[in-house]
Amino acid sequence: MRPSNLKQHLGTGVLALVLLTAPAWLHYVGGYNDIASRVLIYGLAAMGLNLLLGHTGGLSFGHAAYFGLGSYGVGLMLKYMTHNVLLALLGGTLLGGVVAAVLAPIAVRRRGIYFAMITIAIGQMFYFIAIRWQAVTGGYDGLTGFSRHALHLFGFDWTMGSMGFYYLVVACFALGALVLWIVLNSPLGHTFVAIRENQKRLTFLGLPVQRYAAISFALSGFIVALAGGLNALLDNFTSPNTLNYTFSGDLVVIAVLGGMRNFWGPLVGAAIFVLVRDYASSVTDNWMSVIGLIFVLSVLFFPLGVMGFLQRKGKST
Amino acid sequence: MNLVLIFNTFNGLITGAFYALLALGLALILGLNNTINFAQGAFMALAAYFAYTLEPSLGFWGSLAVAPLLAGVLGLAVEVFLIRRLYKRDPLYSLLLTFGLALIMQDVIRTVWGANGVPLSIPDSLGHPLSQTYFFLTGYRLFVVAVALVGTGALFAVLRYTRLGIRIRAGNADLETVSALGVNIYLLRTANFVIGIVFAGVAGILAAGQLGLEPTMGDGLLMPAFVAIVVGGVGSLMGSLLGGLLIGVASGVTTAYFPAASEAVIYLIMGLMLVVRPRGLMGQEGLFE
Repeated sequence: MRPSNLKQHLGTGVLALVLLTAPAWLHYVGGYNDIASRVLIYGLAAMGLNLLLGHTGGLSFGHAAYFGLGSYGVGLMLKYMTHNVLLALLGGTLLGGVVAAVLAPIAVRRRGIYFAMITIAIGQMFYFIAIRWQAVTGGYDGLTGFSRHALHLFGFDWTMGSMGFYYLVVACFALGALVLWIVLNSPLGHTFVAIRENQKRLTFLGLPVQRYAAISFALSGFIVALAGGLNALLDNFTSPNTLNYTFSGDLVVIAVLGGMRNFWGPLVGAAIFVLVRDYASSVTDNWMSVIGLIFVLSVLFFPLGVMGFLQRKGKST
Repeated sequence: MNLVLIFNTFNGLITGAFYALLALGLALILGLNNTINFAQGAFMALAAYFAYTLEPSLGFWGSLAVAPLLAGVLGLAVEVFLIRRLYKRDPLYSLLLTFGLALIMQDVIRTVWGANGVPLSIPDSLGHPLSQTYFFLTGYRLFVVAVALVGTGALFAVLRYTRLGIRIRAGNADLETVSALGVNIYLLRTANFVIGIVFAGVAGILAAGQLGLEPTMGDGLLMPAFVAIVVGGVGSLMGSLLGGLLIGVASGVTTAYFPAASEAVIYLIMGLMLVVRPRGLMGQEGLFE
């Protein structure tokens, strides 16, 4: 095992320890369970998006659609079909993921900046459907009337209070991260990175580049949809704002801010984003400009994100 | 039944002319500055609020002339101090920069002018309905179409016949060669960006006359412009024009039969276009094909 690998595993172990013990120490540092859940949910979404963005090199500005579909899927299932949280999560993830898989081959026909435009326009379609299809989605007001019920698993009860739910989020996050890690370290993942680095060369080598890009798109859609489903459970509510392109932008910024070339970068970005938003919105009505300022500054001065910055610093010393 | 169809097609054409006006500025900036300008909507809103503030002293016509130029000046500053730094990097970064900028500008508008909507008064001479039988037409709507036509015509004339326009088109096709021929491409891109913002400003003020002002008004205007560009063919100005008209008509006709889908339908059209003809109506390279 190479030393860098060892370091990475050590880092993962520390992260796991931090996440598992969080409810015990969070309130000493001014945190609370729900905000930790939010960080993990946004982190998972941004890591999913980053499979496409940072590793395959495709800038999607429409992933809010799959996040939102996951949310609405979970909300609708809990409201009308089942009280089983896990089943609803599965349903929401499938809804968002399958839609992403269906749209992926269409979206990946263009590259770069044009790809971004197409993904955003496709994404907005779902936003308007959610707003106009009031009978099902609740329109502008969002979807309410569902809540997370306790789980009965193998004869024992898993209550869905803020701590019980936090551990469900940790479990889902771990699952998503594991899938991403396995994919990225497989030949498939190496193909993704190769697409990012030099698409032309791969095309000349006879690789069906668009098909691989579509697979990356679909996979990232599934993960983002899972995160969206968790988000609906966290709030017991779903708003059309989770489908809007501004939320896609938030996810992209989270990934870029944390470091899109780094596996855990998006999680770091999510922590910064969620904490800053939480704090800023408690002190000023103009918290959006605080977020905007973070975008502008991070783009201008930290193009590699926080993790990229730290890594570079570590290398030079 | 036929009457309804004609009525809505006509209305759709008017809306479409307006969408096209929105799309042109965006397409200009996309082409030469290689930037998806997410702040375009915020610039539209800002110009409209400038007009709202100036109107008591300059009147509607005066503010229609001055406010877009003020927005243009701001655009100049944004390009020179921020966007210019990112040309050498992945377009992702300029996209995110303008996205962040849009959030900031929206908050600034909210702080300065308040969160509630206000109306922009239009001259009495434009306010009267001219016809309500076969189509609904006020002087103002006619005026919007006229501005869209004149503005588009002027833009195409500038691109066709002036030195600046020829350089913009050449830069669109091959920026490196243009630079090697001794053209200051930094200046060229700045000029192009400012023109795009001035266009956005005019469109924003026209929209405000019809819909009123709101800090978030730019959001609703930006998306149809996006779709117009994708449907028309990214990289083609003529395509953006046609795309705007097409989605305008589609949305107008849908309003007649299934009003709830009047927004979603333009995305549906875009989706179909991407399946059938991914490069859009007017395809890829060059401003004129």
